Amino acid sequence: MTYTQIAVVAAVLAIVIDIRVIKSAVSTRKVFWVSYAIMIFFQLITNGILTGAGIVEYSGIKIIGSDTPVDSRPPFLGDGRIAYAPVEDLIFGFALIVLTLSMWVRLGRNGVQREPLAGPPRFIPSRKRNR
Amino acid sequence: MMGKFSYIAVLVGCLLGSGWLESVLRTRVYRRWKRLVLSILPVLVLFTCWDIYAISEGHWKFDPRYVTGIIAVANVPLEEILFFIVIPICAVLTLEGVRSTKPSWKVGDEQ
Repeated sequence: MTYTQIAVVAAVLAIVIDIRVIKSAVSTRKVFWVSYAIMIFFQLITNGILTGAGIVEYSGIKIIGSDTPVDSRPPFLGDGRIAYAPVEDLIFGFALIVLTLSMWVRLGRNGVQREPLAGPPRFIPSRKRNR
Repeated sequence: MMGKFSYIAVLVGCLLGSGWLESVLRTRVYRRWKRLVLSILPVLVLFTCWDIYAISEGHWKFDPRYVTGIIAVANVPLEEILFFIVIPICAVLTLEGVRSTKPSWKVGDEQ
């Protein structure tokens, strides 16, 4: 299988597992998609460094785009890449994030360190918080 | 630039870039480390298997100039294993960070 094929299968499986197996259905919630929007921004930066600097190199036979060129940067945008990284990496990351957060939610629901809960943010003045 | 520690440096950057959420937004993710470890473990195993396959099939490879050269398991560099730990931590911190600022948004683990 190519990276493209595995990534798509993994992303679909991650959603199915989240909803049917782990039964968190975190991927159906607004809080997930807002969090994911933040994560995808930072993924583009960090993955852009990993792939743009040539720390990780990809085979053109296994991705939509071509080979990572030897000793030069892949295109920033285009040829199946976004911020130097193959688009497949975004799908890979999505599957990784869905499964992790699904487990996190499920464990909390099962009473595994449900508490201490997150928040409130430190920057809210305490007077306001107590009102 | 960072030579053999380049990949490690990116991972450290991810930890620093997300770590402040724990104290400023009081995400309490590191404080709930048992739940965090249990959340990461299955993902770590699954994605390491994927990595072993992908590296053996030549989907991707690592420039030896930018990794430590330490192999964690099979053909997988130590950095990849750390990646599958660091990125899930960032993901949970982000989710709990959003929740901290939007307490009315349901996550699914409320009582």
